[in-house]
Amino acid sequence: MKTVVKLENISKSYEKGKYVIKNLSLDVYEGEFLTLLGSSGCGKTTILRMISGLEHVTDGKVYIDDKDVTEVDPTKREVNTIFQNFALFPHMTVYENVSFGLKMKKINKQEIKERVTEVLKLVELDGFEERYPSQLSGGQQQRVAIARGIIMNPKVLLLDESLASLDLKLKKMMQIELKKIQKKLGITFIYVTHDQDEALTMSDRIIIIEKGVIKQEGSPKEIYEHPNSVFVADFIGESNIFKSTIIHIDENKTIVDFDGKHFSIPRNEKDEIGKMVNIMVRPENVTISTEPFQNAIKGVIKTIVYDGSITKLFVDNEGDFDLRVTVKGSVDYKEGDTTYIIVDDKDIVAIREENHEE
Amino acid sequence: MKHKTLKNLIIALILIFLYLPIIILVLYSFNTSKMNVLFEGFTLDWYKNLFNNRTLLEAFTNTFIIAITSTITSTVLGTIGAIGLYKYNFKFKSFINLLLYIPIVIPEIVLGISLLSVYTLTKLELGMFTLILSHISFSIPFVIVSVRSTFSKSLDTYEEAAKDLGADDIKTFFKITLPQIMPGVISGATLAFTLSLDDVVISYFTAGPGSNTLPLQIYSMIKTGISPDVNALTTLMLLVTMIILFSLTFIQGRKIVGEKK
Repeated sequence: MKTVVKLENISKSYEKGKYVIKNLSLDVYEGEFLTLLGSSGCGKTTILRMISGLEHVTDGKVYIDDKDVTEVDPTKREVNTIFQNFALFPHMTVYENVSFGLKMKKINKQEIKERVTEVLKLVELDGFEERYPSQLSGGQQQRVAIARGIIMNPKVLLLDESLASLDLKLKKMMQIELKKIQKKLGITFIYVTHDQDEALTMSDRIIIIEKGVIKQEGSPKEIYEHPNSVFVADFIGESNIFKSTIIHIDENKTIVDFDGKHFSIPRNEKDEIGKMVNIMVRPENVTISTEPFQNAIKGVIKTIVYDGSITKLFVDNEGDFDLRVTVKGSVDYKEGDTTYIIVDDKDIVAIREENHEE
Repeated sequence: MKHKTLKNLIIALILIFLYLPIIILVLYSFNTSKMNVLFEGFTLDWYKNLFNNRTLLEAFTNTFIIAITSTITSTVLGTIGAIGLYKYNFKFKSFINLLLYIPIVIPEIVLGISLLSVYTLTKLELGMFTLILSHISFSIPFVIVSVRSTFSKSLDTYEEAAKDLGADDIKTFFKITLPQIMPGVISGATLAFTLSLDDVVISYFTAGPGSNTLPLQIYSMIKTGISPDVNALTTLMLLVTMIILFSLTFIQGRKIVGEKK
């Protein structure tokens, strides 16, 4: 796969000694939908701004299409940004907004007209040329912003929390639409968000960032099913994470003990008896029963949340820890019922965190 | 119902209080009687008189030359100043911000005297030039304050978006920044213009021979009582200012069409 954007050991600091981004390297491949996911203040927007050139890198190099653009002005980089609140020019019509970039490139009027018409058709806004941004709905504004970016045929389109200001229903719709546009045009999208649902829905690849450092990268499936740290497991989706202790090591499996229950996980060469391992299981992967069961975790239902297609149960194990259980449809249990929770070995993900710097 | 009548009555009283003096002034400028007491008949004689009065006509031209030059200069300088104060960080920035308000709040007479002493000290001959200079200096803070109020975080993003789309600094300024801060620029210019047009105190100190302005002329004319030609003159001034103000408001209204409904 061809690399379109390459970040080489980039760092950013606004104050001497304090780094927002520290020594980060990243390759972005042609045609992919890449999401930078992280909580607010983790530095994801700064990374995006360093790619667009609106922010200088303190250290390191930025390459776009194999060219070193570290010192290149944002006006000359072949990337375009869709800003958080779209940043449509309020004193210009849709036509003027969308054609702005081409006018700056001094392209002739006839060609501008053709390209604007074409791109507005693509985002299904033909006929809106003479409207002002304030006369458009949120979703329409969003589409103008996309049109204004993709008309430039950028190597990469950067999207900065571009759906955050839309209401939930529109957001879901635009997620699918964005993905469709991206597939159709084949342009690389780098999308920044703090919304893990959004990341899972749209991305080909997700980069999870915390405190300016990449925590994990992979496809949505990889990240959801095999988080490599407690942080990622907790950040993506809901999870039950237990601290368990290794009690036995076999040829290819390790037995851990948690609350007197034993679970088997694949063996890691660094495993030692007595060592602590986090085991994680997703709430939808556990089975709940009122009958006692061997190796089942006993608990009392504290809260039941009915959520339409699923029901969420919060189970309390005598105050030691809480368990989350998700079941399809509705349940017959009442709050206060004693239940047994069965966790199958195959649903357990072991998280062995090597570096405990913090 | 009663409540509504009372409300309308109050509104009517306020309007009468505000506009009656102006209406009387305009009416009396067409009065045949020399006294501002009774309306005796309609005439345009006072207007004719005006156009034969060379001193007045000269003052009239002076006033507008001063107002227009000082408005244009102070608007350009004030806008640049406001942008500089908003965009850049430098030493003593907050102190300069504070200094801006001093010319706005200090008594005009103090400003007038201090300007006069500067001109005397620098041996600048009092006249049109010193008048224009003085008007520029007291207008700039008003322009800066007015322009500065239009800056916002979203303007920063618009500018970034323009750069992202390939617009250099100059194009970004003329295509994005200026249209966006236009309301502030126009209201700053309007303020500067009206302040210059009716300034008496500062002009009194900084005018010299051959640079008489209308407010100064009227001020000296009414020492001997208000004559109907003063009425005619002020009516004309009123008309001219209104035309200018309305056209500025019209431009402003058109510029921000579509921005806010």
